[in-house]
Amino acid sequence: MALYFMKSHEWLNELDDNTVTIGISDYAQNELGGLVFVNLPEPGDEVTVDEPFADVESVKAVSDIYSPVSGTVLEINEELLDAPETINDAPYDAWFIKVENVTAHADLMTEEEYNAYCETLAE
Amino acid sequence: MADETLKRTSLFETHLKYGGKMVPFAGWEMPVQYPAGVIAEHNAVRTACGMFDVSHMGEITVEGPDAEANLNYLLTNDFSGMHDGQARYSPMCNDEGGFVDDLIAYRKDEDEFLLVVNASNKDKDFAWIKAHIFGDVKVEDISPLVGQIALQGPKAFEILGKLVDPSGIPEEYYAAKYDVPMCGTNVMISTTGYTGEEGVEIYMPWDQAPVIWEALMEAGKDYGLIPCGLGARDTLRLEAGMPLYGHEMDDTVTPREAMLSMFVKMDKPDFIGKAAIEAGTPPKRKKVGLEVTGRGIIREHMDVYKGDKKIGVTCSGTMCPYIKKAVATALVDADERVLGTEVEVDVRGRRVPAVMVGSVFYKRG
Repeated sequence: MALYFMKSHEWLNELDDNTVTIGISDYAQNELGGLVFVNLPEPGDEVTVDEPFADVESVKAVSDIYSPVSGTVLEINEELLDAPETINDAPYDAWFIKVENVTAHADLMTEEEYNAYCETLAE
Repeated sequence: MADETLKRTSLFETHLKYGGKMVPFAGWEMPVQYPAGVIAEHNAVRTACGMFDVSHMGEITVEGPDAEANLNYLLTNDFSGMHDGQARYSPMCNDEGGFVDDLIAYRKDEDEFLLVVNASNKDKDFAWIKAHIFGDVKVEDISPLVGQIALQGPKAFEILGKLVDPSGIPEEYYAAKYDVPMCGTNVMISTTGYTGEEGVEIYMPWDQAPVIWEALMEAGKDYGLIPCGLGARDTLRLEAGMPLYGHEMDDTVTPREAMLSMFVKMDKPDFIGKAAIEAGTPPKRKKVGLEVTGRGIIREHMDVYKGDKKIGVTCSGTMCPYIKKAVATALVDADERVLGTEVEVDVRGRRVPAVMVGSVFYKRG
């Protein structure tokens, strides 16, 4: 799968059926530390590009998760609600939401560009 | 990342070596966590052992024939009749009965005491104490000379025993041994801590902390000892029901409101804050514990509701890694503080249900 990334460390995966899934990157889960809570929208909710659609909590802090697209939530990954640590264990399998009727995209990076971007953050 | 205005303990390089993630705290650059992460560090202290650099804490000596009389005037607890080596927790209040700080006082001998205070309050405390002392007493801020390492957890004494003669380890809780030989230097070892677990705090000459840290890491390698940061220190103290200045107490909160009346001795002659504490009894608000019954994590400064009525504000809140429960503390209207009461907390616009409980969420077995 070809993933695209936001500067705020969310990934976007475009599926064959014109829907997309959204999650957070390995860099993000590592920075956040062990996650203990995830708050997701409901199916049918609208998400807006560059705006928060969910939040995740580590023991210490709350972080907003931003949407790389505008569209309608088709499905949420309910597994994450009971097992937020899944995001730490397998960030690229742990999709948060599936979105349909995508009307707008954020300015996204390829995986290669994103990896280079993360290296600049490590300094 | 380096902020030149932040102070560093003598363990700064050691923290980097162990992968500590350094953050600003109370004017210091301190490790918030190491690669194991807050959850693993927290659980290491509950099940094995964890080690913390707490060299940023403040140390103030109070010496002279009138030392004890001064402590009895400055602090709300009673320091009469202590034996040498004994430690005692106390609020230090202002004239309004609010907290200047909370601290531990150690008696070294009848005219020599050591106060250990919060890093964030140290300068304020020292100025406050100097402004209120009387008679034949000398106070000194020795913080820059003193390093401190907390070794906490069920394996703490076994690990310490590899480096220290048993005669140097206090047998009772809240006691200290002075001038204990350890790793080629002399340290003070006290059976105190801020985790709700057994363990010790070791006070050493400032620049000896790295030597002692490395020796403890080596001694503890077969016992599951790992370095722990301020993140785990905070979740551990909250899980164990211990208050933190700036959260459960500040200069507007009285010891009665903070449910610390047992550390206020009203039968003592006059002490700072006595009249105000008396006037404020019974208190209008009181601390209570909250345990989340729905989904979500309560944090500090969130409004607490009973039905539509706002009854208080949270002081601290987190997901506790060992008991695996989301808990919080709150200051609520005293009339509404009934354990078992169902409340709701406004978590960023969402109402999260919780129940009032005692604020000690974990007690070691």
